[in-house]
Amino acid sequence: MSKQYETVIGLEVHVELATKTKIFCGCSTAFGAAPNTQTCPVCTGMPGSLPVLNKQVLEYAIAVGLATNCDITRYAKFDRKNYFYPDNPQNYQISQLYLPICRNGGVEIETAEGGKKTVGIHEIHMEEDAGKLIHDEWEDCSLVDYNRSGVPLIEIVSEPDMRSAEEVIAYLEKLRLVIQYLGASDCKLQEGSMRADVNLSVREAGAEAFGTRTEMKNLNSFKAITRAIAGETERQIDLLEAGESVVQETRRWDDTKGESYAMRSKEDAQDYRYFPDPDLVPIAVSEEMLAQIRERQPEFRTEKMKRYREEFAIPDYNIEIITGEKPLADFFEATVALGSQPKKVSNWLMGETLRLMKEREVDATDLCFSPENLAKLIALTDKKVINGSVAKEVFEVMFEKDVDPEQYVEEKGLKTVNDEGALKKTIEEVIAANPQSVEDYRNGKEKAIGFLVGQTMKLMKGKADPGTVNQILKELL
Amino acid sequence: MANIISDETIEYVGILAKLELSDEEKEQAKTDMGRMLDYIDKLGELDTSQVEPMSHVFPVQNVFRKDVVTNGDEREQLLSNAPQEKDGMFVVPKTFD
Repeated sequence: MSKQYETVIGLEVHVELATKTKIFCGCSTAFGAAPNTQTCPVCTGMPGSLPVLNKQVLEYAIAVGLATNCDITRYAKFDRKNYFYPDNPQNYQISQLYLPICRNGGVEIETAEGGKKTVGIHEIHMEEDAGKLIHDEWEDCSLVDYNRSGVPLIEIVSEPDMRSAEEVIAYLEKLRLVIQYLGASDCKLQEGSMRADVNLSVREAGAEAFGTRTEMKNLNSFKAITRAIAGETERQIDLLEAGESVVQETRRWDDTKGESYAMRSKEDAQDYRYFPDPDLVPIAVSEEMLAQIRERQPEFRTEKMKRYREEFAIPDYNIEIITGEKPLADFFEATVALGSQPKKVSNWLMGETLRLMKEREVDATDLCFSPENLAKLIALTDKKVINGSVAKEVFEVMFEKDVDPEQYVEEKGLKTVNDEGALKKTIEEVIAANPQSVEDYRNGKEKAIGFLVGQTMKLMKGKADPGTVNQILKELL
Repeated sequence: MANIISDETIEYVGILAKLELSDEEKEQAKTDMGRMLDYIDKLGELDTSQVEPMSHVFPVQNVFRKDVVTNGDEREQLLSNAPQEKDGMFVVPKTFD
């Protein structure tokens, strides 16, 4: 490649809002219900039905807008986007084109070089999700489930301000954290509660004008996004190098094959014929409403990190990880509020919790054990009622089904034996049974004592304090 | 009629609306659409530079509902409208993303 190219990327991010009901009707949004059991005339597009806006959707959209430095549109409305597709029962999607709720915002991200840059947000609009199409494997047909039809979404449209996959990931992470901290969505890419479409073009380094862009869909992990950006950049450069031109089109990324293919070509490009939805009345955002939402804005990650550094003596890396998932930060604070030492809580989260989350593929949002029980477990080890390895054992059970550690330790008889007489007796047995190690130790092999401690712990079925065992052993030898 | 609708336009609008029109229907639609556009042009003669664009015909705003579940399972009723159903879902011609 003789020429140098620059990749220009803008994102369209759809976020499913965490409301209890749909955007325009009182149907539940709960996940996993039997097909079409959460539907009504409104969300299945029956003639004569009347949509009414869920106020929570508006409040979440404004809260996200404020948190991403947007101007809030004081007089907003909904428009119809017309297209035919079986997952869209009305033959139009209710969305916002002319007066979207938020405009002209931006968030700051850290670049690979360690600098900071702002990624502009062109607009955020509210809209409804479509139903789900299931392809029948046995018969030559598709099946439609409208449970998801009418689930509220916000679409966050960025400016073409990103130049690499790293910047795209940093921007998405930033959005995810802001929205998660607001409680507006859990933002899970894998489960589709956050979806990103990548608009990408390339141009010669230093060029002013943008190249022709393509839009890529079906990206459901950070890894897929990174690979898709690399793949599409290369494909476009190859075209230009071969003297051909990039066609403006929508492409679908196939992550297993590592390549994309055109979904729709320019010839049948969509003409959505937007027009104002006469079923929905305009929204006038009052000063009072804005003030109320501002008032409710939570402490965001940057502020939280700053406060943790000031309040708790825990390593910076731990602060980064714990605040990187809102549920972990909430959990940390709740446990500390119960009187546990911050350092110890942080260690349990960073060590065993993260290990088990990774091993069992559990998300931070799905952790089941309570701060109360972790506080109890920490107290049990502090008081030396149980030793460290028993604590880990108990923790695994807690992680699984949130047992009360005090009760569990009692029931399973896991308490450390503090009866010195019994302990001494066992240790004497161990000494008698392992003359070689005893001799090694007496000859200056310090390490030999470790073996004797281990043997004692084994005979005590783990229910002894290794420190005490060590101490008694030294006395007896 | 000041507005003449071309064959290409009527063809395109037909595709968008998923309508198959006979030649006769096409001619009729071309005339109707031309007349509608003439009417719009007539409205355009008015000076509206001092008029706020209207977003809705009623002087009503901020009609909201609370985020409370009010609907239950109406699947049976819903599917009674379906020409064909399977496993609690609507059957449609094979459709790919």
